[in-house]
Amino acid sequence: MNIEQRRKERLDRGIKVRTDGLYAIMSWRELSYLTLPRLVLILGMLALPLIMPSMYWQRVISIVCIYALLALSFDFLAHFVGLVSLGGGLFIGVGGYLAAIMNTHFGMLPLLTIPIATVVGAGICTLFLLPCLPLRGVYFAIVSLMYPLALARVIVALDILGGTDGIMGIESFGNRWVEQYFVILMVLLFLFGARRLVNLDIGLVFRAVKDNDQAVRASGMSITFYKAVAVFIASAMGCMGGACLVHIYMWSGISLLALDFSILPIAATVIGGAGTLVGPVLGCLILVPISELLRAFGTLRIVFYSLILVAFIVFRSEGIMVYGQRKYHQFERWVKI
Amino acid sequence: MDILIYGIINSIALALMALGFALVYGISRVPNFAHGALYVITGFITWSLLRTLGFNYLISIVLALIVIGVVSALIYQFVLIRVRGMAISEIIASYAIGLAILEGLRWGGFKGTTYTLPVFIEGSVNIGDVPVDLHRILVVGIGVSVVILLWLFTHYTRIGLALRGMAQDERAALMLGIDSDIMALVAMASGGMLAGLAGIVLLPLGNIVVEKGYDVLIQAIAVCIVGGLGSWMGAVLAAFLIGFAQILTTVYLGSHFQMVVALLAIILTLILRPSGIFGKQKELEERV
Repeated sequence: MNIEQRRKERLDRGIKVRTDGLYAIMSWRELSYLTLPRLVLILGMLALPLIMPSMYWQRVISIVCIYALLALSFDFLAHFVGLVSLGGGLFIGVGGYLAAIMNTHFGMLPLLTIPIATVVGAGICTLFLLPCLPLRGVYFAIVSLMYPLALARVIVALDILGGTDGIMGIESFGNRWVEQYFVILMVLLFLFGARRLVNLDIGLVFRAVKDNDQAVRASGMSITFYKAVAVFIASAMGCMGGACLVHIYMWSGISLLALDFSILPIAATVIGGAGTLVGPVLGCLILVPISELLRAFGTLRIVFYSLILVAFIVFRSEGIMVYGQRKYHQFERWVKI
Repeated sequence: MDILIYGIINSIALALMALGFALVYGISRVPNFAHGALYVITGFITWSLLRTLGFNYLISIVLALIVIGVVSALIYQFVLIRVRGMAISEIIASYAIGLAILEGLRWGGFKGTTYTLPVFIEGSVNIGDVPVDLHRILVVGIGVSVVILLWLFTHYTRIGLALRGMAQDERAALMLGIDSDIMALVAMASGGMLAGLAGIVLLPLGNIVVEKGYDVLIQAIAVCIVGGLGSWMGAVLAAFLIGFAQILTTVYLGSHFQMVVALLAIILTLILRPSGIFGKQKELEERV
């Protein structure tokens, strides 16, 4: 058997190795190698509202950003802490209803309701999910799936919070440019914040919780505490999305607890590249506009995401961002074995 | 008196819903989030065989069960087997399949109150002074016999023993020559058929609607967690606990709170005894 075998060898580009260290500031080339991808993303996001042709598509941009916040929180929880959240609707719903109540009952401005809804809502979500945090396994996924469904039932059954009609007459942002740039800036802030966070000491602990929780416990750290902190951060992103959403739609109802908010961010994360944090945002930029185009098909859209999701997971696709990063940082060549 | 009788009926119904989930999770450790979807789609398959193709009721039930068994085997063989052991992917993949089935049905026009299955036996009897229709009594009979049959199957047949061996320790089972992939396939197919059977038995009591898929999934999971994930006898016992709790809340508060009862049962179990009533052997693994 003398068949010549080849395999692909991947090597880091020299410039990548150089820019890992302090040498990055030695030349313009290295500097731009580092900053260019980030600048493309930031400027691209900031330019989006300007290049959109109509009011309708500008509204879509805001929705993209809200889904991007949710997808970011999903990616952070799933791939850095090891908690699979199927309840995007819970975060959106809690944040949205809080903002709606504060705005309609106490007359607070959006400027005030959004931060309060973010922090208080994140606290409420963390409390809700606290019982399943000391446990490993599927419990978190199950409980986070159940909350939005159960909350929707309770709201309809007790006819509280506007019942099936929802809460109407919520103040909007006032100016659509303010609205769009606010959500875009929030996405960028949370994106780069999360990227920084996972490389800090606490991020290291988060990843240790995912990979080897016994080791974390052996180091004298409380797993439950760190998981609670992570859930607080992730639900803060979701709640902020929800609060922005009710101010954009000027309405808050049980559709905030719908399944769309749990499946689309997951699909976006898987397509964009799991574990990269940028990937989910890119995934939302692709998926949400497609979903708007498919609006006429109704619930077939959910079928569509689900099938994409299954296909991506089954064929172990790495996602756009992981692929892109590999091509950017490494070169490949065939070598003989 | 009527609380007692309807409590028992409701508990048996819950046990029927939960057995399939417990079986699949107990053996292959795959949380089958498509369970509710399998439950609902069996109802629709039976309905189509019965109404549009005009088969006999019994034949359509048998055919529907076979179809659902094959479908769940296919789902396992082509999707879940590739992600087995990867917790995140297992959950996402099975959840996405469930959603695809349910929302696909909704898109296909299977909604509203037009879809009903006929009851097996018409009429009702009085137990004491409580009128109970015969179908509900049949549900109890079928539920009890399914539990007994499952017990016999897992204790006295080769496949059943192999399944139990795998549930206890997969590696040891592999060393004894039990093919874990085939066993997991069997478990998934029979879990799907149990979900389908539950659907066929329970759906004649109401309309077939897509939303039931989510309810059933959640109630099944609640029962399994309270009973201890992977423990079948625990699931049966937990079905009685949750079943009576649901009937009591329905009588005193209203029927909308069934889901809340399920959620509260899960939360309380996770706080008080995370491994469930009967989940002793897995206690160390799940509690970090």
